[in-house]
Amino acid sequence: MIPAPPIELGALAPTLIVLGASLLILVLDLLPPRRTKEHLGGVALAGIVVALLASIAQWGRGARAFRDMVLLDDYALFLHVVICYAAALAVLLSIDYLHRHGIESGEYYALVLMSTSGMMLLASAGDLLIVFLGIELMSLPLYVLAGLFKTRLAAGEASMKYFLLGAFATAFLLYGIALIFGATGATNFDRIAAAAAARPADSLVTMGLGLLLVGFGFKISSVPFHMWAPDVYEGAPTSITALIATGSKAAAFAALIRVLLVPLKAAQPDWTVLLWAIAAVTMTVGNVVAIAQSNLKRMLAYSSVAHVGYMLVGLVAGGAPGAGAILYYLLAYTFTTAGAFGVILMAQRAGEDAVDVSDYAGFARRHPLMAATLALYLLSLVGIPPLAGFVGKFYLFGSAVRAGYLWLTVVAVLNSAIAAYYYLRVIVYMYMREPDGEGVSLTPSFAGTLALAIAALGIVLLGVAPAPFVDLAQAAVAPLIR
Amino acid sequence: MSALPIGLLTAVIALPTLGAVVLALVPRRRDQLLRAGALVVTLSTFVLSIPLYVRFDGDSPDFQFDELLRWMPNLGAGYHVGIDGISLLLVVLTTFLMPVALASAWHSIEDRTKEFVIAMLVLETGMLGVFVALDLFLFFVFWEAMLIPMYFIIGVWGGANRVYAAIKFVLYTMVGSALMLVAILALYYQHGSATGMYTFDLPTLARYVMAPGLAQNLMFLAFALAFAIKVPLFPFHTWLPDAHVEAPTAGSVILAGVLLKMGTYGFLRFCLPLFPDASLAFGPLVFALAVIGIIYGAWVSTVQPDLKKLVAYSSVSHLGFVMLGLFTLNQQGLVGGVLQMVNHGLSTGALFLMVGMIYERRHTRLISEFGGLWSVMPAFSALFLLVCLSSLGLPGLNGFVGEFLILVGTFQVNPWLAAVATTGIIFAAVYLLWMYQRVAFGEVRHEANRHLRDLDLREWALLAPVLVLIVWIGVYPKTFTAKTEATVQALIAQVESKASVAQRSGLRQAAR
Repeated sequence: MIPAPPIELGALAPTLIVLGASLLILVLDLLPPRRTKEHLGGVALAGIVVALLASIAQWGRGARAFRDMVLLDDYALFLHVVICYAAALAVLLSIDYLHRHGIESGEYYALVLMSTSGMMLLASAGDLLIVFLGIELMSLPLYVLAGLFKTRLAAGEASMKYFLLGAFATAFLLYGIALIFGATGATNFDRIAAAAAARPADSLVTMGLGLLLVGFGFKISSVPFHMWAPDVYEGAPTSITALIATGSKAAAFAALIRVLLVPLKAAQPDWTVLLWAIAAVTMTVGNVVAIAQSNLKRMLAYSSVAHVGYMLVGLVAGGAPGAGAILYYLLAYTFTTAGAFGVILMAQRAGEDAVDVSDYAGFARRHPLMAATLALYLLSLVGIPPLAGFVGKFYLFGSAVRAGYLWLTVVAVLNSAIAAYYYLRVIVYMYMREPDGEGVSLTPSFAGTLALAIAALGIVLLGVAPAPFVDLAQAAVAPLIR
Repeated sequence: MSALPIGLLTAVIALPTLGAVVLALVPRRRDQLLRAGALVVTLSTFVLSIPLYVRFDGDSPDFQFDELLRWMPNLGAGYHVGIDGISLLLVVLTTFLMPVALASAWHSIEDRTKEFVIAMLVLETGMLGVFVALDLFLFFVFWEAMLIPMYFIIGVWGGANRVYAAIKFVLYTMVGSALMLVAILALYYQHGSATGMYTFDLPTLARYVMAPGLAQNLMFLAFALAFAIKVPLFPFHTWLPDAHVEAPTAGSVILAGVLLKMGTYGFLRFCLPLFPDASLAFGPLVFALAVIGIIYGAWVSTVQPDLKKLVAYSSVSHLGFVMLGLFTLNQQGLVGGVLQMVNHGLSTGALFLMVGMIYERRHTRLISEFGGLWSVMPAFSALFLLVCLSSLGLPGLNGFVGEFLILVGTFQVNPWLAAVATTGIIFAAVYLLWMYQRVAFGEVRHEANRHLRDLDLREWALLAPVLVLIVWIGVYPKTFTAKTEATVQALIAQVESKASVAQRSGLRQAAR
């Protein structure tokens, strides 16, 4: 008989706080006031902030629980912070947006928090089953949220596509887990690592690795598993798009990095070759296709595919420098992308959401400050110093050069130059063209403006004084490297 | 060393951006206040940079006024700035040209003045940073950051085809600098693994003797591509006519006066000392491209119907001379090359200013639209002649000194090369004088030209300092060359010793 594992909820505290806030919202939703749900957004935000503080307070303590199934080490905590930032920005951006579109509901915030708790669980997974659990807990609420605009065709398409492809991906993942379990007799990371090291070149493990990479490939939207991203990004409410692009990506990367560097460490030569090719193709396809997009949400979807390609460069480089660079990049990318979606979410033209790049003609003349903020996010995405995106790329590509992957780095930097074209085209419209007819108008809310300010501040701070954050990221990956 | 928490050099770099931050708080409808404020900031920066020049010890080849602050200790990148005899001239050229450029835009930039002056001030910090950074990471930060304000200046306040020109400018530069970034990282790790010291500090890296071979050649080429695009060296020049023609006058002045020098400066500061063997190996290629640029630029200038395009292509020709001088790697050639960077900044800057002045009056730049200006605008025509003569290298004016030194240096390397390059000076006389003849002499053929007003006080005020320097350098260049000679000597010695040491150790390896 299998003994029941000891219950050590302390190691799950940040995740449980978010989950608890989610349940609290479901209850509060039934109580008055019924007409407005803004206070529930406040509750959600409070839950996230408490979880954020709890995570920061745990830094350096390194707890393990449930027979090493859940790890609350510095690695998990760093990603908890990233995920909490992503969720907090998404909630701040949601409050006014939902009200404006008449889709305000208590369930929205509850689902966002459930998904967030799944992301956090994923980041602290020490067992393949927890990875599976985390991915499901993260994804199922997002499938619902993506289709929140029930009357829009694009929303239905987004939700359906996201769900079907996501379910496929999870199936691949589960199959991979099964194969690895079959080969090593374990689902726990450390025990897989020990078993795999004892039996190198096991074809079952290699097949399992391949299937895991397919599953994760869907979740991080790397080519060729990126097809869902543009449609989902376009059809989902923009606040949810921001969450999918930042939080869910960070969580999936968190698990992917840990799975590759701990249990599948022995197979590093195999996955390095695979990821080299995936990284090169992902960034090239993302950037080239992004050039052709006129819808900003789709453009940012392809751009996020390209950024995944850059981050995979860090995995190819491997080791602490590569993994640390990815963590730093995730933090920078979260601020930047959430900010960019945040401006788009506030902009309207002729009563519709302004999502086409041509809608932004003359934006700088009407809203100089907001245009400058969006320009700041875009320039950080291009990788212009001294902004967060530049330092992130510098660390990523530096880790690749250090590991000797010069050609991949050349592909990556040339891609960054290609990417400049489509990001700058948005700036061209904002600053260098005049609108035909009615220009774009903004409905800034206090919460939304606060989110944009936090993002902008983060970008500048991470760019000008990166040293402490890099140290934190490097300290965070230490538990993975043995 | 100093009582201030920051050094003089940092103050000079930071002042324009601080000014931009203050001006950002001024309401946008106060146009005059914004313009005046920006002018005050740039003039103060210039005044602040004068002590750099005066107190700089020209007998010492070392970096002076240097400041080193920890910035990213875990990476080996620091805030390290300092100037030697080469960067000194370019720093002062930059601080000198900025107020001139801003004053030239007094009436021509009416739309979004606030953004314009902020872009110009941030640009100044970026350019100064490029010239004083002694850390490769810091250098790259300034090098890339300075692109963005220039992109806005061309794209927002430029001519009809401005968006195309602005994007072309940025993409060309970014492709070049992307590969340079890889080379910077490769150099960093190679130096780190060889010496155990991971650093981006330029003086430290410059002491490292790299074995000649593929790695050094590739790094040289990556750096050289970034700089060659900026110079621009033929055949990487095609962004330049677009950017120059579309940019507003102030932008053209800064582009020609300062931005192009960032390329030639980069060759001097990074390519020669870091990759001496590759620099020697690729010297003939650079010579060939430089001479092609000299002749090609001159020929293409000759047939331009548009004044601004003519001046733009003449830059390709003039910068070819600079590149020729730098890669001679002898005293005359290098001193001439450095001086010619300053000369080109002054002469071509002045040409763009004056083309801008008649454009403001007539809203056309076509040479065929003018003629007989001498009788309508005598003062303008006289000064324009002086600037043209300076640009074509008339003895007694600045251009002659630089080009003469370059050609003397080139002659020592290869007399035939010098002979071919000298024809460039003849062609320069052809295109400039022929243009001048069509603009200033003859009958007034267009009614619109009959009542053009001559230079006003503002235009005199912004041209006069430039003209004073043009004559000064022509008559007494020693004021300026005295500051650079020691630096240039040290640079030559460094390249030669590093190259020979590397070759010796390479031979030893081969013998083993």
